[in-house]
Amino acid sequence: MSTLRLHELTVRFGDGRRAATVVDRVSLEVPEASVVGLVGESGSGKSTLARAVAGLVPVSAGEVTIDGGTLVGRGRTRPRGPRPVQLVFQDPNSALDPRMKIGETIGEGVAAGGVRDRAARRAEVRRLLELVRLDPALASALPRHLSGGQRQRAALARGLAARPKVLIADEITSALDVSVQGAVLNLLREIQRELGVSVLIISHNLAVVRYLADSIAVMHDGRLVEVAPAGELVERPRDPYTRSLLAAVPRLGAGGPARHADDSPVAAADLG
Amino acid sequence: MPRFLRTPVGAAATLLAVAFIVLAVIGPAVWGADAARVDVAAMQRGVSAQHWLGTDTLGRDVLARVLVATRTSLSLAALATLLGALGGVVLGSIPSVLPRSAGRAVSALIDLLVAFPGLLLALFLAVVFGVGAKGAVFALAAALAPGFARLTRVLAASVTGSDYVAASRQLGVRPVRLLARHVLPNVAEPLIVNTATAMGGTLLAFAGLSFLGFGVQPPSYDWGEMLNEGLSGIYLDPAAALGPGVAVVLAGVAFTLLGELGAQLTGTARAHQGLRPITARRDEAPGGADAHCALSVSGLSITFPTPRGPITPVADVGFDILPGEIVGLVGESGSGKSLTAAAIARLVPYPGTVIADGLRLAGDDLDALPAAELRGVLGRKLAVVFQDPMSALNPALRVGRQLAEVSEVHRGETRKAAWSKAVDRLGAVHIGDPARRARQYPGELSGGMRQRAVIAQGLMAEPALILADEPTTALDVTVQRRILDLLCQVRDERGAAVLLISHDLAVVAEVASRVLVMYAGRVVEELPAAELADASAHPYTRALIDTVPDLTTNRDVPLATIEGRPPSPSEMPPGCAFAPRCPRAQARCGVDRPPLVALGDARRLACWNPHPVSAKVEATAR
Amino acid sequence: MNVKDRRWPGFLARRLARFAISLLLLVTAVFGMVHALPGDPVRAALGLTAPQSLVAAKRHQLGLDQSLWHQYVNFLRGAVDGNLGTSMSSGLPVTQIIGERLAATAALAGLAFLVAVAIAVPAGMAAGIRTRDGRRPRTQLAFGAVTGVATAVPDFLLGVGLVFVFAVGLKALPVAGRGGADSYVLPVLALALGPAAALARVVRVETARVLGEDYMRTARAKRLPDRLLYLRHALPNLLTATLTVSGLTLASLLAGTVLVENVFAWPGLGTELAQSVPLKDYPVVQGLALVFGAGVLLINLLIDTAVALIDPRSTIREV
Repeated sequence: MSTLRLHELTVRFGDGRRAATVVDRVSLEVPEASVVGLVGESGSGKSTLARAVAGLVPVSAGEVTIDGGTLVGRGRTRPRGPRPVQLVFQDPNSALDPRMKIGETIGEGVAAGGVRDRAARRAEVRRLLELVRLDPALASALPRHLSGGQRQRAALARGLAARPKVLIADEITSALDVSVQGAVLNLLREIQRELGVSVLIISHNLAVVRYLADSIAVMHDGRLVEVAPAGELVERPRDPYTRSLLAAVPRLGAGGPARHADDSPVAAADLG
Repeated sequence: MPRFLRTPVGAAATLLAVAFIVLAVIGPAVWGADAARVDVAAMQRGVSAQHWLGTDTLGRDVLARVLVATRTSLSLAALATLLGALGGVVLGSIPSVLPRSAGRAVSALIDLLVAFPGLLLALFLAVVFGVGAKGAVFALAAALAPGFARLTRVLAASVTGSDYVAASRQLGVRPVRLLARHVLPNVAEPLIVNTATAMGGTLLAFAGLSFLGFGVQPPSYDWGEMLNEGLSGIYLDPAAALGPGVAVVLAGVAFTLLGELGAQLTGTARAHQGLRPITARRDEAPGGADAHCALSVSGLSITFPTPRGPITPVADVGFDILPGEIVGLVGESGSGKSLTAAAIARLVPYPGTVIADGLRLAGDDLDALPAAELRGVLGRKLAVVFQDPMSALNPALRVGRQLAEVSEVHRGETRKAAWSKAVDRLGAVHIGDPARRARQYPGELSGGMRQRAVIAQGLMAEPALILADEPTTALDVTVQRRILDLLCQVRDERGAAVLLISHDLAVVAEVASRVLVMYAGRVVEELPAAELADASAHPYTRALIDTVPDLTTNRDVPLATIEGRPPSPSEMPPGCAFAPRCPRAQARCGVDRPPLVALGDARRLACWNPHPVSAKVEATAR
Repeated sequence: MNVKDRRWPGFLARRLARFAISLLLLVTAVFGMVHALPGDPVRAALGLTAPQSLVAAKRHQLGLDQSLWHQYVNFLRGAVDGNLGTSMSSGLPVTQIIGERLAATAALAGLAFLVAVAIAVPAGMAAGIRTRDGRRPRTQLAFGAVTGVATAVPDFLLGVGLVFVFAVGLKALPVAGRGGADSYVLPVLALALGPAAALARVVRVETARVLGEDYMRTARAKRLPDRLLYLRHALPNLLTATLTVSGLTLASLLAGTVLVENVFAWPGLGTELAQSVPLKDYPVVQGLALVFGAGVLLINLLIDTAVALIDPRSTIREV
């Protein structure tokens, strides 16, 4: 079963007095072909968690397993080739090599997946471009000639080229305009359904996550404070932090200026 | 043609460099004989028709010698530069392949060596390698290497730390291939540019070494050696030193310029460099601005010059804000909302020009006031809060200082009085322990606290208007909530009006009473905030609302999107700017631009075919 | 950060330790410099025709017949004590030679540095203010051209030119030698103008960068008078980069003195170096290397400390 399992994952930076525990014993499951959302504010550790799962940041404790094999943590097996978990980065400006054409960038992913033959690679690149609704002619374009949304799609295509089991989307629409966001999110949903790939979607935007995810996990200060199916979390949140998070989301159609509920303990303290 | 060749400087530098290279190749063949001809009878003669730069101590023609010396000078400098660059690149790549502690030791060594000026290193290395051309080349190369090593290390680190390399790593791309495909190409360009610049410096350094007698030894000669010879006779025969001197300078300048231009090429070019602002003439009958309002704007337009002609990113914007009102201005990027705010605050970046029929702040006509008075009015009556709190405060000054100076400058208060006022304001925006915070530097405050401090700064005077441009976009949602509450509180307590600019409709709808929607530089709709969710009339407003998911969006349907992109100011279509993307577009929309029409209190609309939300709105659809 | 910050002592201690280690490395490198030479340095100094007995005696006198490790320890001890051996050509103690000449070089370099900074910072700032955001492209071009040429002209060439114009041509200033105040004018100018131009360019670029920062926009929004805008808000943020480059400037000035001193027959360390190297007078060369090297290291230490003091954002103090 291609369930991605995080078990007591911990990431610490620095040492001695200045050590900071950025991810604190997080345990989470991403079932096969499902979408799990991870929300949290800045400093919650969600991006570090994403990078740790993708193997880009060393972990201090705990492990990540998939298909019975350990990806991250003690006893990890180091298979050749692309990792079954691919991370799509937030910033479309730095996610692509500025000197490589889009087709070459995606081709690198395809080649990593084992396709050696040039013609087959080109065909696969074309197929991927169409999958992310990009004009195949853009394969010969450089990243700087593309818009932010197009670059994000290209990064998505590269991630998919390696036929991952799990895709981690880390704030992939945060740098995009509102009207473009929807298109990328729709694309993500379509791809997820078509390919049956699992998705871990990370965002500070609760509305976006609720729309896409089957279940949502809430992170605060490195710890997982609540995990619940999406609808339940939004309607009947149990953790006080989750409640304050939900209360803080501005609502259109709330009928003019609204005041937030002052009874949650988090609101009382003078923070930020 | 490459861009830099089009500039006169670029062309000149390239020409010079090429000329020198050609000279280096053909020099000895063409002028070799002249340069070697000894004529004892004509020793140290000055400038003459036969010898344009005179003759040296052995009667040889100086000009010919200068030309012939080009080959020696250039080739030695080039050799030293290349060796130094190569050595430096290798040295700089070592830390990344060594284990961490060893790598750090090498890095520290490189940093130490870089601190020593090249010439000094070269001088002392000349002792080791021996006096003479070969020794000088090695010495200069060794002196150049640390600089290149450091550059290589920095470049490599920034590339290997980038997201696209991380992406390749997780794809399983092997390190060697990573190096070849990603690191090298991205690192090569700056390195090559640096080599060109270094070539200029090496030329000069070599001349210096030879001048001291450490470089090329007689009977060989390069420009520096000729300078050494010529120096002793300079008072009798300056041309003998002038010739090689000019050659050294010209060659040095040519290569250094080449390197600098290359660096500019690989950087970002500023499109409006050298463009003058467009002089604007105001309509002779200024008017349309209401003196009772906190802010009254009418007919506001902003133009910018571009290489392809002037563009107007903001056109004919007008609105009023009453005292104590919170008005929202929404739009996506490119709608012109931030520029509008900048125009009101008189902070439009150069070379933009602002024209307005009327621009009044609490009764004062901002266009008519002389500069000194304008400064006082704006300093007292207008408070501005920008988007990024992390960079809005000066990191080198204490928080209290930055607040206090507003009172000192605009109210003539003493330092003490201004400081205590600053502490008081910091407390008013709910910053705990304000006296301590006032003494701190901005770097010690969190993002939310900094934004509060900026608001407190705006409260140091008694502002009639607070201009908040995306004040919460960079903040977490819980912090955002508190900042919005604070703005409401300020409005309640001081009667200040607020112009809140945002791309986030929900944020605006929560605190504002009225909302203005901008698209492609114009106001397309104005309506009460309460009606925004269900009763917006303009198709763009509707579409914008539909595309943003909220906590109740139907999960079974794809998210709404708006096809296409907003037009850029240089490619505005005729007629309504939204028509190409509008689901309700009619034939007329592509031809005639709909004017902004007032439909009773607090509603304005610019549309030929709006959603029929009320009788009045329907009446406009003809 | 100010001196009362509790991290200050730790920072100072680290910096001083680093300084000490660097000095040790310098001494070792200088020691190794001579011993890396091919052939016999003593024979090279005394000449091929010198009798073997003389060469042997000289070698014994210089301690070159001891083991390498012994020689190193002696050298170290000598460096600490102030005994750097004797010149092979003049027979004078190296420390005496250096002592006599240090003041002349230090005066020249120090004055030149002050002149360079006094010219560069105001000029660079003014240029940066006037050409910000792409204003006045012709001013930018002119500034770039003047400073570009000034940096390209080597200091010794400039010295020669200045001598020719002012000393020989106009006979307004002395041709060479160190004497009264007017004898300083030409050498200091020759040494200072190039670095001043380079520094001015850096200051201009930094000024333009700082003026584009968000906090300058905030300051302009507060409608502060120009004086406060540039001196209170912009200048402190320029200082870090300016200080750092000034440090490099001072270090390269030190190198420049070698050349300029030779043009003006200035009785400093530079002329001594130019004479000792061809003579292969190694004790003197080693002593000079130590002095110059230690000077550069000291400059770096001072600059690092100054930067940490001034820039509240600086992360240098964390290292």
